[in-house]
Amino acid sequence: MMLPYLWLIPALPFAGFLVLSVLGRRMGNGPAAAVGVGSVGLSALVAILVASSFINAPPPAHVYTQTLWRWISVGGFAPGVMLYLDSLSLIMVLVVTVVGFLIHLYSAEFMAADDGYSRFFAYMNLFVGSMLVLVLAGNLLFLYLGWEGVGLCSYLLIGFWYREPENGAAAIKAFVVTRVGDTALAIGLFLIFINLGTLDIQRMMNLAALHWRPGGALPTIAAALLLGGAIGKSAQLPLQTWLPDAMAGPTPVSALIHAATMVTAGVYLIARTNVLFTMAPAVQIAVAVIGAATLLVSGMSALVQHDIKRVLAYSTISQIGYMFVALGVGAWSAAIFHFMTHAFFKALLFLGAGAVIAGLGGEHDIFRMGGLRRQMPLAFWCFLAGACSLSALPLVTAGFYSKGLILSSAWEAGRAGFWLWAAAIAGALLTSIYTFRLVFIVFFGEAKAKISKKPGPRAAIPLVILAFLSVAGGFVNFPAFFGIKGSMFFSRFLASALPSATYAAPLPETDLLLEAVAAIVSLAGIYVAYFFFLSSPEYSREMAGTAIGKVLKRFWFEDWGFDWLYEKTLAAPYRWLARTNRNDAVDLFYSFIAKVNMFFHYGLSLSQTGKVRFYAAVIALGAVVTITIAVFAR
Amino acid sequence: MIYAFYIAAAVAIVSTAMVIVQMNIVHALLYLILSLLSVAVIFFVVGAPFVAALEVIIYAGAIMILFVFVIMMLNLGTQSYRTEKGWMRVWTWVGPVLLASVLLADVVYMLVSPARLPGGGRLPPAFVRPYAMMVGPRAVGVTLFGPYLIGVELASILLLSGLIGALHLGRAVRPESFIGPVSAKKPGSSKKTDRGEGTVKK
Amino acid sequence: MMPPIPANPAPVNPLRMDMIPMNYALIVAWVLFVIGVIGVLARRNLLFILMSVEIMLNASGLAFVVAGSRWGQPDGQIMFIFILAMAAAEVSVGLALVLLAYHRFGGLDADAANRMKG
Repeated sequence: MMLPYLWLIPALPFAGFLVLSVLGRRMGNGPAAAVGVGSVGLSALVAILVASSFINAPPPAHVYTQTLWRWISVGGFAPGVMLYLDSLSLIMVLVVTVVGFLIHLYSAEFMAADDGYSRFFAYMNLFVGSMLVLVLAGNLLFLYLGWEGVGLCSYLLIGFWYREPENGAAAIKAFVVTRVGDTALAIGLFLIFINLGTLDIQRMMNLAALHWRPGGALPTIAAALLLGGAIGKSAQLPLQTWLPDAMAGPTPVSALIHAATMVTAGVYLIARTNVLFTMAPAVQIAVAVIGAATLLVSGMSALVQHDIKRVLAYSTISQIGYMFVALGVGAWSAAIFHFMTHAFFKALLFLGAGAVIAGLGGEHDIFRMGGLRRQMPLAFWCFLAGACSLSALPLVTAGFYSKGLILSSAWEAGRAGFWLWAAAIAGALLTSIYTFRLVFIVFFGEAKAKISKKPGPRAAIPLVILAFLSVAGGFVNFPAFFGIKGSMFFSRFLASALPSATYAAPLPETDLLLEAVAAIVSLAGIYVAYFFFLSSPEYSREMAGTAIGKVLKRFWFEDWGFDWLYEKTLAAPYRWLARTNRNDAVDLFYSFIAKVNMFFHYGLSLSQTGKVRFYAAVIALGAVVTITIAVFAR
Repeated sequence: MIYAFYIAAAVAIVSTAMVIVQMNIVHALLYLILSLLSVAVIFFVVGAPFVAALEVIIYAGAIMILFVFVIMMLNLGTQSYRTEKGWMRVWTWVGPVLLASVLLADVVYMLVSPARLPGGGRLPPAFVRPYAMMVGPRAVGVTLFGPYLIGVELASILLLSGLIGALHLGRAVRPESFIGPVSAKKPGSSKKTDRGEGTVKK
Repeated sequence: MMPPIPANPAPVNPLRMDMIPMNYALIVAWVLFVIGVIGVLARRNLLFILMSVEIMLNASGLAFVVAGSRWGQPDGQIMFIFILAMAAAEVSVGLALVLLAYHRFGGLDADAANRMKG
């Protein structure tokens, strides 16, 4: 039985962080990598053993909890440091540790030339530990600890190359923008604690179901506040602006934090507290609508970007939008399924992009790449596998199965279902267009640059493994219409932790039709990309040259002007206020007190003559006056 | 007995007044001793023979002897008499006397303002005449070493610290240091020379 | 308000010294104290100031003893003994300081020491 060793999973990365942060400077690169990669690798190993133990001999009710110690005890508030393992958190733990390990392994080579090598691994280990705390937490306060921990690591790693001021600005932007969501989440926690008296997630949901009226004000407000936190962390509309800038960090960071794991914390939070969202239908619809809007908006933004990592960043936002759509229509397991496949193929894409960037000596602009197919065959094939999975190439990719499940779930979601489905299918078209635009521009066409370095074995192994997972990872959840034994294994596994989908699954015939449409759309997108960016690029240039094309391109390139809007409405007034209030109006009061004190100080220091008889006379005078007052005021 | 009190009180007041107006410090000291002795008589008359004895032995005896020693060490001559004469100005007395007269007014007011009687009526305070009672040394001793034992211990600590303080301050003085002879520069060597000098001079 | 004063306390005490009115003894103490205050304020010689302080202490001791006798309690005398101890300590330290100041400033002027060091 491995379950009692559950605590090792988050503890190992933290131990790695401690060792690296204390001894990191004295270690060479070799030992630092061994500690950094090894701690996460061991953690992944323990996670796999725990998972096999969990599947082979399920604990009672498919839930295993481990209370390590009581955190604090104030009045009736006594949150424990409690780990909660069910099938949902197990999936999250597996993805975080396995993908995290692969990315650590990749970084061991990618970051080799960097002088902050041990610092990098220290931050990465801290991140993995915090993320594991987030997904394993049994109460919301502990979850919040992990939540803020990953936010901190995100900040540290975006600003990893802190000597460039833009990187620091990007880190601050990410921190401040997610803080908006985090504040909402914190207020939500307060609200839940005040009204239900507990932060333990399962107890909280049971009490909420008992005491709160579905659709009432309290569950709606609580769910909306949690949604605020999720939006901030998962970079959904309107707080998505920080994620593209977060690409200032090293590429493995983008792969691990800003694609595979941390940004999906919002998805996890909503899935974890699904009862609350089910009780607030208005908020749940809002989740779906936000997801649909986000996937369209950032899909269009991705279409016109020049920076290879920004394309992937927008595609991340867009894919998380899909997960939000799934959550919004109550298809909890579909969201988690897409989270898993997305973690595989997006990590793969980022690592492939990192290989390209490193090969070209730090070049990010896709229009200065090209023809890399022959020069970097391994990177090409792996990137292609990831791109196919992202654009949901039918049958052979993981992305097809997960996205198809979301599409069919959206179709069935009541009256709004059709529109959500339509948005998602339009997003699917956009996805395959921008993905293969990237593939065709970077890897096909004439070679514009010579690569200086090919990925070594430590980078190649993670690429290959992730490519395999991106393709085969979907087979754990075969759709039912194929009639294969063991289909929908993933969803059935999650059924012990997540309620079954709110809406009934579509009939097999409908489902088959929907999948067919999705397949056609995906292939059509690839063809469009081929036509406009490879076979006859002059058309795309011509389209971009028209007046409306120029405006649209500018508009999309600037991410629909969100940054401009926030700059004008929030940042500029705030800066104006700060400039106007440079002398701090509130401070006037305190400096006034200080001035009065100074006045008395000078007055009293005049009386310090140094003459003893003067002092004696004043003492006597004071005594006489006191006595006189006492006598006559009787 | 009542006459003894009046005479002793008159002597005490007059001699004390003489203390503070003297030019010659030895004369002032003699007047002070006289004042203390007359206060001792008052103690005896009001029924406190033990402290009367203490007043004579310790105050008039021991403490005043200290003053005599210091005056002898200072070896003040006619020069000091002239300095005192120069300091003695009429206007220096104005302020203190004003303060004293304010206090006098307070006391007079207290004396003439009526006090309350238990029955509720009022009586001029001049008629309220509480009288002294005899308290012997036995009672004093029993109380002093009974409930006031802590106070006795504290007084002994005070005396010890006074002793140490006087010892420290009274050591041989080097001209450049104000408080004491110990110099900060070379503690070891300077200490030795200081002591050597001190013993040689004495 | 002050508590009412009994007109004739403890009439049966055989040790009563019924000749001496307490008020007068307290007035004597007051006069001595005020003379001490005037001396402290008016004189410039350090030795005179010390002597005046002694006068003040003695006067307050007198007031204590008289008050103790008025109630027939030994506490007043005990306070006087404490004052005695304090006066002894004060005089020894004070005279040592006078000696020091005399060597330092070459005189006994209290106003000479108007600059503090440190």
